[in-house]
Amino acid sequence: MTQKIATREAYGNALAEFGSDPRIVVLDADLSKSTKTDTFKKKYPERFFNIGIAEGNMMAVAAGLATCGKIVFASTFAVFAAGRACEQVRNSICYPKLNVKIGASHAGISVGEDGASHQSVEDIGIMRSIPNMVIISPADAVETRHAVKAAIDHDGPVYLRLGRLAVPVIYDENNFKFELGKGITVSDGSDVTIIATGLMVKTALEAKDMLAQEGISARIIDIHTIKPIDKDIIIKAAKETGAIVTAEEHNIFGGLGSAVAEVLVENYPAPLKMVGIQDKFGKSGKPDVLMEIYGLTSKNIVEKAKEAIKMKK
Amino acid sequence: MDKQKINEFRRQATVIRKHIIDEVYSASSGHPGGSLSCTDILTVLYFHEMRVDPKNPKWEDRDRFVLSKGHCAPALYATLAERGFFPKEELLKFRRADSYLQGHPSLKDVPGVDMSTGSLGQGISAAVGMALAGKLDNKNYRVYAILGDGELQEGQVWEACMAAAHYKLDNLTAFLDHNGLQIDGKIAEVMSPEPVEEKFKAFGWRVININGHDYVQIIEALEEAKKTKGMPTVIVAETIKGKGVSFMENVAGWHGSAPNKEQRDQAIAELDEILSKLEVE
Repeated sequence: MTQKIATREAYGNALAEFGSDPRIVVLDADLSKSTKTDTFKKKYPERFFNIGIAEGNMMAVAAGLATCGKIVFASTFAVFAAGRACEQVRNSICYPKLNVKIGASHAGISVGEDGASHQSVEDIGIMRSIPNMVIISPADAVETRHAVKAAIDHDGPVYLRLGRLAVPVIYDENNFKFELGKGITVSDGSDVTIIATGLMVKTALEAKDMLAQEGISARIIDIHTIKPIDKDIIIKAAKETGAIVTAEEHNIFGGLGSAVAEVLVENYPAPLKMVGIQDKFGKSGKPDVLMEIYGLTSKNIVEKAKEAIKMKK
Repeated sequence: MDKQKINEFRRQATVIRKHIIDEVYSASSGHPGGSLSCTDILTVLYFHEMRVDPKNPKWEDRDRFVLSKGHCAPALYATLAERGFFPKEELLKFRRADSYLQGHPSLKDVPGVDMSTGSLGQGISAAVGMALAGKLDNKNYRVYAILGDGELQEGQVWEACMAAAHYKLDNLTAFLDHNGLQIDGKIAEVMSPEPVEEKFKAFGWRVININGHDYVQIIEALEEAKKTKGMPTVIVAETIKGKGVSFMENVAGWHGSAPNKEQRDQAIAELDEILSKLEVE
């Protein structure tokens, strides 16, 4: 059986693993057990600071630390990181391009039972429109580990979008390569390309198998870096497969689908269908039930893939 | 302190005030009132207190300064230029597209600026982060900030104050530029933050009250702050918005508007008069 690990779990582990770098400082806003920064805290307590339930303050404190040469990871739920603290992220972190990495956990509806107030469906859209911000949305634990390393190595702000739910590990650490801003062709195909991010990469792989049974060959691309987005891999996919489907656990407005659409219309217009949250808030429920209700399923990706193929000229 | 030294502070501050008037006049916009009220504090900080090196603005052991009330950039820029961080001629290009002197302080653009500010309430949090970094690295640099009294209406100020006391940041000293006015009028009428001393005390800060235009009091308060261990210090400085220019003093309307030619000339004449009197002394 495939191992399941939440990306937030992998994030905490990676902070502890790479935390020997004395420049790394980790901040949290009273959610260290949920964001998993407590894994770092246990190993390096002297470089962990709980800022309390004050996310805006946390982001600007992070900025101040960064001006003194620190690489700061500031963690809270995505709703609060991108929403409540949005303007601090904009003015105190992104405008001066400071070395603050935002570990935004509990993104999307797979948060489950906590409901809409805690399910961020808009964070990518908000963060994507702030200059200087880099956005990484890893698909599994292996990719998260590499994303954290890439965030440390990148000079400037990074938004790491992480999930609460334990998700299958799809990559093999031994032969995995991560390059910031470069998408990964997880599986090749010729009739349609499914471009996914986060936990939807696994769902896209399931859709590929279902499409194969109907004789349709689907390429699967994992866009872990949503900004800056890998234009080349998208344009190449449009040229070679002629139809695109995007899949994300985010509002279809402002997220991966929008980012891919922007690349296509400016470079190589091609049919595009978006699987994502249809401009609605989430709700309480079991994560798998919610994914069904909101159409974040392999079945829906299959349908959209067929629609996109039909739209080919 | 001898009279000569006090006169030197007054001379320096008056020169800075003249720059402020000319910056705002040449830009036809900007914030003269609050800039003039915090000029004496900035003068003492940059010409007496802070260890900085204009030739090496990013010197890692320097004392830090955050202008949390970022709209008073004209005062900070004039002080930095006078201290030698960049040419004084640049001041007349304040707010122009061909200058690095942004309307509000930008750390990536302006030599000597330690934190980008302008959105109220955030600068003091950044100062907390700098002080935390100093503690973490066992450095003995100190961190200074100037808060506006209207700025205290931002809840984030109190989040930052809570954190500064919680982490016992005795390397952090904030000035409250208590001039009593904000854009829409008297702070007491718009949204009173009073009593400010009791609030800071309740948040775990050492509070020192001074006249923010008295150089001896500013210096003595800074000495007290340095001696204070285990807690941050706020120096509540009673000030006059528009200080030094008769028609700007205590007028909220000068918070964010530029003088016309006639007003500029009158302001400069008044400040020149202060300078010439100092020369006689």
